[in-house]
Amino acid sequence: MNWADTILQGVLLGGLYALFAAGLSLVFGIMRLVNLAHGDLIVLAAYLILVLVDTLNLNPFIALVIAMPIMFGVGWLLQTYVLNRTLGPDILPPLLVTFGLSVVLQNGLLQVYSADSRRIPSGYLDTASISIGSLHVGVMPLLTFFSAVAVILILNRLLYATELGRAFRATSDDAVTAGLMGIQPNRTFAIATGIAMAIVAVAALYLGTRSNFDPTIGPARLIYAFEAVIMGGLGSLWGTLVGGIILGMAQTIGGAINPEWQILAGHIAFVLVLLFRPRGFFPRAVD
Amino acid sequence: MALLETHGLTAFYRDFQALFGVDVTLDAGETLAIVGANGAGKSTLMRSISGVLINGARQILFEGRPIGALAAPQVMALGIAMVPEGRKLFPSLSVEENLLIGRYGRATKGAWSLETVYRLFPILKERRNNPGTALSGGQQQMVAIGRALMSNPRVLLCDELSLGLAPVVIRDIYAAFPAIRESGASIVVVEQDIGQAMKIADRLYCMMEGRVTLSGRPSELNRAAIHAAYFGADS
Repeated sequence: MNWADTILQGVLLGGLYALFAAGLSLVFGIMRLVNLAHGDLIVLAAYLILVLVDTLNLNPFIALVIAMPIMFGVGWLLQTYVLNRTLGPDILPPLLVTFGLSVVLQNGLLQVYSADSRRIPSGYLDTASISIGSLHVGVMPLLTFFSAVAVILILNRLLYATELGRAFRATSDDAVTAGLMGIQPNRTFAIATGIAMAIVAVAALYLGTRSNFDPTIGPARLIYAFEAVIMGGLGSLWGTLVGGIILGMAQTIGGAINPEWQILAGHIAFVLVLLFRPRGFFPRAVD
Repeated sequence: MALLETHGLTAFYRDFQALFGVDVTLDAGETLAIVGANGAGKSTLMRSISGVLINGARQILFEGRPIGALAAPQVMALGIAMVPEGRKLFPSLSVEENLLIGRYGRATKGAWSLETVYRLFPILKERRNNPGTALSGGQQQMVAIGRALMSNPRVLLCDELSLGLAPVVIRDIYAAFPAIRESGASIVVVEQDIGQAMKIADRLYCMMEGRVTLSGRPSELNRAAIHAAYFGADS
């Protein structure tokens, strides 16, 4: 096993998991809502990009530019007309509703696109690589990682340097008092879920170009996203990146030792982190 | 026409009725004090006016316009800002961000801006980058008042400013009120301390068990009458 190569691949894979998790982390951070359909929404977005690429013969990155505002709209509508009605002191309704949504999405996609596994073609980028010393690194994994860093940078900037971000944090702290400041919590939540879904479209592009997908793989992506968020510490976006990297490295190292261990190694790393750092690596000080 | 008035205002927490037909009027430029014991309905009155509690539309009028049924963000946009009981600063936001968020729903230009709020409470400028909740109680109260002022409100509602604060700190906070009045805001303060209330108010309402039991100018009211209205006639 080439350690340097394995670790590098693991870090880059972590970028993908951080992309899966960033939207989940944002939504949970602002409205304490756990969206169990998050993974299926990634798959939905992957089909959306695939359809755009297939029917309009677009470059997948151009298709992403079209898919992001569409997914923003999906998130906005979902939050406004469904999820806002489930929010309240009881945490069970949003869990049940998003679980149901997950089932509906999977079966809806199965009806429309069948169980055949698909892939978004990305042309020469599929196989392009660059050399760093003795290592060969795929261009797509590199793009994935840098997209994850860019998404988190932009999100942090949004949260900590804009008026909208202040409103997000204030609503998360205390929705009633936020109302006294003129903030409409439901509208704020709709924008947040819209942004999360735009990020989901980015995650979907890399999910769909790097490997095959079919309508049923959403829940497994949700688990990876969860593990990344929890290991990083709830509410911290950079923590989510770190959590994703740990998960990615554990999987790649496990897979390098024995391919059967790849998935299991990631889950074991998660359990170990929970055991020794139950609040994750960068827990929010105020909760 | 009064700037703000309530007409037979009733308010409920589920089955529990907290206000039984409260009539209060506030004229432009006036400072009102509302006094009463715990549970008299003072905070419920504030929460009703500010839109945290929804009431019958015509039970609350602002410049003759019915606002009783409006939610908090809409009431705030009209220019009625509230300093909530317990200060309620946002712990994730710095002092300066707490002030800035005060004008989120109403960015009207006027006497109040970051600069003038810092001039009113200079200590806040020194601590502008601290988390709001890292400050002392009195400083937090200053942030809460400054936050409400940032929207340049026509009416400033202050709920229990002195709660949990030392007398010397309370004096510092009320020292800011002449400047707030001068800026043109009309003020309603809810206060348990009758002495403090009589000092700053043009008129005073005393509440007990969800009703107004006494009202008038401080000079016209004597302590015994207030005492009776505050605790009930027999005490």
